[in-house]
Amino acid sequence: MTEAEIYTALQSVYDPEIPTISVVDMGIITNVEVRNDNDVRITMTPTFVGCPAIDYMRRDVESAVMGLGIANVTVDVTFDSPWTTNRISEKGKAALLKHGLAPPEHFETLTLSLDVLNNVACPLCGSRNTELKSPFGPTLCRSLHYCNACSQAFEGFKPL
Amino acid sequence: MNTEAIKDLCYRMADDELILAHRHSEWTGLGPLLEEDIAFSSIAQDKLGHAQALYTIMHEHCGEPDADTIAFTRAEDAMRCSHFVELPNGEYDFSLVRHFLFDAAEYIRWTALIQSTVEPLAKLAQKIRGELKYHLYHAQTWMVQLGAKGNEESHLRMQSALHEAWPFAVGLFEPGKHEDSLIADGIFIGEHEAQERWLALVAELLQPSTLVTPHGVEPVYGGRNGYHTVYLKPLLDEMTEVYRVDPSAEW
Repeated sequence: MTEAEIYTALQSVYDPEIPTISVVDMGIITNVEVRNDNDVRITMTPTFVGCPAIDYMRRDVESAVMGLGIANVTVDVTFDSPWTTNRISEKGKAALLKHGLAPPEHFETLTLSLDVLNNVACPLCGSRNTELKSPFGPTLCRSLHYCNACSQAFEGFKPL
Repeated sequence: MNTEAIKDLCYRMADDELILAHRHSEWTGLGPLLEEDIAFSSIAQDKLGHAQALYTIMHEHCGEPDADTIAFTRAEDAMRCSHFVELPNGEYDFSLVRHFLFDAAEYIRWTALIQSTVEPLAKLAQKIRGELKYHLYHAQTWMVQLGAKGNEESHLRMQSALHEAWPFAVGLFEPGKHEDSLIADGIFIGEHEAQERWLALVAELLQPSTLVTPHGVEPVYGGRNGYHTVYLKPLLDEMTEVYRVDPSAEW
């Protein structure tokens, strides 16, 4: 059993709140350690500290790896490598877009004025003539926006 | 490392977050706008997560019981929350002002904790600070909107709420028994320094709102030593009701 095989198996574990993106592409798997063919230790970290989906994802990760026939699977949830949206893969960003969410753009530092939330590209028409309506949306990781070009409301995945 | 000092710091921060999370959640379904309803509910969820993470650190590193036991079984006088978070929501103006002043204080605390010598706290701080930017952004937007861009009534109501909240907000920085060792051991900057940084941040963020903060007000202390307002006990009774009926219940 190799790390790559574990990661491949985890590609089939999805975020229950955004079922088009896997936990691997979301960037929440921070370490995979194959101790031997029967002992694997996985470390993951939540997107938001209060993310209610983390326990579900932890169980799903555990059962996906056990499904490979590995008897001892340990899944630790830690903040040792804190998650940021910069950890989302390109494939993950495409999956967010497919789900109708504006993917977060890469950032160096996030200022208190959150300028990065204005003029987010509309996932429906691609225009940047958009405005932030609210930094809070239907889940902790989403924000609400409005597109002045196509006159549609849309959700974005918050840069964090 | 001084475990008692770390516990004292974590309890006061976590209890503040737990109780204010509960207050914020009381807006769920009742917010003046759908977006605001969602905002307060989301912030409540974040705060609850922060409290849980702090309780978990105390469980794993300081020998305290697990997070649920800590959160739901302590008597009123064992709680270390400030009077500020206990106060009822009142009108939306007061809730917004409390949200603003509290999150500015949180932002100062968690930013300072990134440098903490307590490793799990420092790592958690790095994470939580990012989330707090959204809380503070939301709060400041409304302070400016209702303070400078609203009308005479909105300005008056926000200014009045600010006066009402102020002595309690300054009371967030009630010094504890372990101030000296928290500072000496590099665990935290201490309440006095935190208050100074908070005053500067509040002044900066309020500047475009045209709202002014009061001067020479006596802070309201007591919560950090287990003396609480009459509002805490009913809140705890409601918050812990399910747990007391069935501690193994999942909801």
